[in-house]
Amino acid sequence: MAANDERKKLLEVSGLTMDFGGLRAVDNVGLDIYEGEIVALIGPNGAGKTTFFNCVTGIYEPTRGDVKMLPPGRPARRINGMKPNRITELGMARTFQNIRLFPAMTVLENVMIGRHCRTSTSIVDAIFGGRKAAAEERESIDKSYQLLKKVGLAEVADEFSRNLSYGAQRRLEIARALATDPFLLLLDEPAAGMNPQETHELDALITRIRAEEKVAILLIEHDMKLVMNISDRIYVMEYGKEIAQGTPQQIKENPKVIEAYLGEEAHA
Amino acid sequence: MTHVKRSLGIALWFMFLTLPLMVVRVNTVSREIEWRWHNMALVGICAFAIAWFWQFSIERRMSKLAQVSNDKHPELKKPTWTQRLAADPVLSRRVLIAVGALAMVFPWLVSTGQNFYHVNVMVSALIFVVLGLGLNITVGLAGLLDLGYIAFFAVGAYTYALLAKTFGMGFWTCLPLGGLMGALFGVVLGFPILRLRGDYLAIVTLGFASITKIVLENWDTVFGGAAGIANIPRPDFFGVELTGREKAVYTYYIVLGLVALAVLVTTRLKNSRIGRAWMALREDEIACVAMGVDMARTKLSAYALGAFWAGLVGVVFAAHNNFINPDSFTFMDSAMILAMVVLGGMGSILGVIIAALALKLMPEYLRAFAEYRMLVFGAVMVLMMIFRPQGLINDMRRKYEYDTAEREDDDGGK
Repeated sequence: MAANDERKKLLEVSGLTMDFGGLRAVDNVGLDIYEGEIVALIGPNGAGKTTFFNCVTGIYEPTRGDVKMLPPGRPARRINGMKPNRITELGMARTFQNIRLFPAMTVLENVMIGRHCRTSTSIVDAIFGGRKAAAEERESIDKSYQLLKKVGLAEVADEFSRNLSYGAQRRLEIARALATDPFLLLLDEPAAGMNPQETHELDALITRIRAEEKVAILLIEHDMKLVMNISDRIYVMEYGKEIAQGTPQQIKENPKVIEAYLGEEAHA
Repeated sequence: MTHVKRSLGIALWFMFLTLPLMVVRVNTVSREIEWRWHNMALVGICAFAIAWFWQFSIERRMSKLAQVSNDKHPELKKPTWTQRLAADPVLSRRVLIAVGALAMVFPWLVSTGQNFYHVNVMVSALIFVVLGLGLNITVGLAGLLDLGYIAFFAVGAYTYALLAKTFGMGFWTCLPLGGLMGALFGVVLGFPILRLRGDYLAIVTLGFASITKIVLENWDTVFGGAAGIANIPRPDFFGVELTGREKAVYTYYIVLGLVALAVLVTTRLKNSRIGRAWMALREDEIACVAMGVDMARTKLSAYALGAFWAGLVGVVFAAHNNFINPDSFTFMDSAMILAMVVLGGMGSILGVIIAALALKLMPEYLRAFAEYRMLVFGAVMVLMMIFRPQGLINDMRRKYEYDTAEREDDDGGK
């Protein structure tokens, strides 16, 4: 399943470069995502994958390059340097490599935060508690609960999120991201710290989310079995540079990738 | 056994430390040195007892913590009395009605004729309850450490004093204006510190409070300088002349109303989209913005709403005291309000109310021990932070009602 140009493009990144002082963490990286795709971004530790994510989602402002978002049915937007919450509002949601939940809030409340940008109750509405505010609250509770069911966390909806197991916290992060109604979901190492059984379930979950929520997914992952299983296309980064891209089969056979991962010979 | 050994060590160390202070005394009259060994024995025994009790308590606490972490659902196992109260709507409503009724009749019970001291004390205490509830929004819910909260209180108080003295405006017109001025200053201060967090934020707010105080002290043409503003009119009651006692009772009811309003508004906000965004901001700022919450707007609203209550109650303070000067708005007061929020339990409305009443009323009724007041205060703070760092009353987690029918077939009617 190679990139199909007839399908609609959702994200277009070109020439993305990010410098931290003298260190070039991401060097001239380009990446496209099309509708309904699962794209993986892989590479050894420190290759700049998470920095790339942070540039795309607005946590960092890239030094150079273009990040363009093409929301279906709406005009394309260049999102460099836009605030993260604006980018999320436009329809791109993410999870974090080092889990960033709201530990002292309940599982359901965590997901409800995702609904924040899709609701509009103002301070005055909240104080006077009108019918509109109540209806909106009802709706965000219901939607959030549905999402919890989808990721299999409905039973622990009232638990503090800090009491969840590691794997459950990762799934909660996915539910919270989905609550923002994204068309593009960015997962930063969703399988990190999961046992093989959990990874297997995650595999099924991600495929199901793509089908049911109609989102395209970009994920960073180290678990090669998972990556090869679910992705349509793979990008490989090393030392901030993009060294390869292609289908899982092409990547498996790419000598550069093999070298990067197995370190066959030291560079001159 | 190790406890006894260690306590013995601590006792010896204290006996040595206090030797020059407690044991040796130079009698300047007879010019000889007195050795008061019995004092040393006393220090030794006391230090031993305290050290032993201390270690005993710490150990008990540790074993309790270990036990809690072994349970999978610690909160479900042992409900505290507040949780039980909240879980029972009939009981909690009864308690609420009882407390409300008591608060309503309180001024008539404790005041007679010319003696309304207790009412005045309660008015000051309730003013601090509102301040505590206001700061609870900024610090407890949104997690923005504010060490200069008292500045907004001053803004409200001076707003009323100046408007009433200069333009003859009435109390009821000025009350909302004072609140709005407080909120305005909250936003003005909020803008430059949007990017700051934690310690840096605390320092800037501290600076803001100092600036406010210095401006009030030195701009005497407007604010009356260090002498302050006197003869501020009391709250007017439909033009009826009130006696001293009636005025006090009237003010009491006004503040009581403000407390009720503050509780209502804070509860509503806390359980809404806005309150959740504040809490998320407190928990993790980066995750919060990544989930689409506008950080600037959320922070500013937390500041503005916190400051609003301070401004509002500042008006009452000025009217109640007749007189204000910059000395009523010191850093100690900011620290006191912060202590109320921390002692009460961050984010917990009931906890803050209890802590505010305790911290304001205790010193008032313990005047006999006035010299040791700060000593006791400090000791209580240290002990609280060690043994109950979450505050008097835990902020309760809220249970939402999702579609019950759906829930039952989902997890077998749990």
